[in-house]
Amino acid sequence: MTTILPAPALYDCRDAFVATIDSLATDDERVVVVCNDSVGSSKLGGFQEKFPHRLINVGIAEQVMIGVAAGLANGGKRPFVSGASCFLTARGLEQIKVDLAYSNANVTVCAMSPGVAYGELGPTHHSLEDISWLRAIDNLVLTVPADPLETEQALRAAAEHDGPVFVRVSRMGVPSVYPADYRFEIGRAARLRDGTDVTLIANGTMVSRALDAAVLLAVDGVAARVVSMPTVKPLDVAEIVAAAEETGAIVTVEEHSVHGGLGSAVAEAVVAHRPVPMRILGFSGFAPTGSASFLLDHFGLNPAGIHAAATHLLERKRG
Amino acid sequence: MSTTLPRRIDRSLPREEQLRLLVDGARLIRRRNLALIAEAGLGHVGGDLSAADIVATLFLSVLRIDPTNPTLPERDRFVMSKGHCSGVLYTTLASCGFFDAALLDTYMKPLSPLNGHPDRKRVPGVEANTGPLGHGLPIAVGMAIAATLDGSPRRIFCLTGDGELQEGSNWEALMVGGHRSLDRLTVIVDRNGLQQGAPTEETSRLEPLADKARAFGWAVTEVDGHDHAALLDLFEQLPVEPGRPSFVIAHTHKGNPVSFMRDRVEWHHKVPSADQVAAALEELV
Repeated sequence: MTTILPAPALYDCRDAFVATIDSLATDDERVVVVCNDSVGSSKLGGFQEKFPHRLINVGIAEQVMIGVAAGLANGGKRPFVSGASCFLTARGLEQIKVDLAYSNANVTVCAMSPGVAYGELGPTHHSLEDISWLRAIDNLVLTVPADPLETEQALRAAAEHDGPVFVRVSRMGVPSVYPADYRFEIGRAARLRDGTDVTLIANGTMVSRALDAAVLLAVDGVAARVVSMPTVKPLDVAEIVAAAEETGAIVTVEEHSVHGGLGSAVAEAVVAHRPVPMRILGFSGFAPTGSASFLLDHFGLNPAGIHAAATHLLERKRG
Repeated sequence: MSTTLPRRIDRSLPREEQLRLLVDGARLIRRRNLALIAEAGLGHVGGDLSAADIVATLFLSVLRIDPTNPTLPERDRFVMSKGHCSGVLYTTLASCGFFDAALLDTYMKPLSPLNGHPDRKRVPGVEANTGPLGHGLPIAVGMAIAATLDGSPRRIFCLTGDGELQEGSNWEALMVGGHRSLDRLTVIVDRNGLQQGAPTEETSRLEPLADKARAFGWAVTEVDGHDHAALLDLFEQLPVEPGRPSFVIAHTHKGNPVSFMRDRVEWHHKVPSADQVAAALEELV
């Protein structure tokens, strides 16, 4: 008998973002939001109505957006910067480095609609380099939450953190992947499924797909471990070394370039501590025209693609 | 090398006495600044000397600050956007007592907190990490918005170079400052007319600078950036116009007042020889 499971509900993590910012602002009058004409795309209309003076819209100007946030932090505020990831990371990169990271400013950068969320709008609007660029900057926490619960908790952790934090906020629908009692911690991975043959390490929108791939692998008799790595920096090296030692093969999956992101970070830890065969799944080259879901499929970032990559890797592992 | 440094000026003294102390204070800061650069073998002497009177007037007389409590929330803020002129900033901060003046001897030496560009994490009194140009003014705008949100009387000052205004981020900040009527904010442009390798007007012209700033919603005034009395008068009467941020074009001379450095573009970051330092100090007695 075949059981047909209902499709899981999908969530836009921007909803968790605005609910969390509203809650933080209600509890702490130091909380302000700085944005770049992105009230609508950040879903901040309600916040603007409720806290008109605490929503600082600087217009379409990312450099001053980050600089203003640094100045607000100097003035005792807890700014949350919100804007499309593609623009705020690229146009504001030097400000993120100097005004936030090097200055240790208590600013949270909320990067909306990262990866290929803007699908058909093309490579100008894709943010597939953000983690790579930012990972080289010292004193900057990088988080890529997987679902609404983790988005909320990452933002709450950022509000408590001494220093700048970057949080990717996905708009593409994602299912809930964590149990209700999950507790996000900066620098801590979450083992969502145990296994001994191969480890799938993913973050953001790719976590649910890695979990689905593990189910496909189980059908083949392969026990895949699934690790969610919401913090790319600082990295949970112990969890990676454990995966290498205990499963002997690692596939990383990210909605990001294969150059310099999660996969590269994991590879750095693997070669330093316990070299094992690896595959890094992500984007390579400017993406062609297509919706976000088309592009993810096109680049093999779906359960079937992850399953195929893991199967191939297991062949290498067995020699 | 150590020489005498000035102290902050008691504002209850008669005005003439205050001015005398200020003029002399700027002279002492310049002397120590030159020694600093000679000792380090590095620095930006032209810009330091250009900005010295503005920085000295603000720190010795104008800013409401407590160097023994440098993070007091209600302090006035000073942002040195032309971060390469760290020599004059550090010398002045030491004069105010933000840190031990002996530290000046370590300027740009290995592991010194006194980097070539200021680091707020390591140097008390530094409000913003600057060095890449065009960063200070956006940060100062954020500081002024914070003060406005708090209904605080604290004032925000930002000193920029003139060549620095070629960076587009400044114009983003000028738009925001004008739009938001940030009248606690004063930007002072060290208008010495020279950038690293040539006059600003031969590189990518700034003029008509006053008209541009006015068009962005700022109240503009011009001042002799080496006239302490004029600077003091101006800073005491801020804002230039209620409801608008103030844009002060301070006419200065790079390398001022050293005869062989003044208005000479090569002194942007040329390091004086021992003989040249001695000659310069002769002119600053």
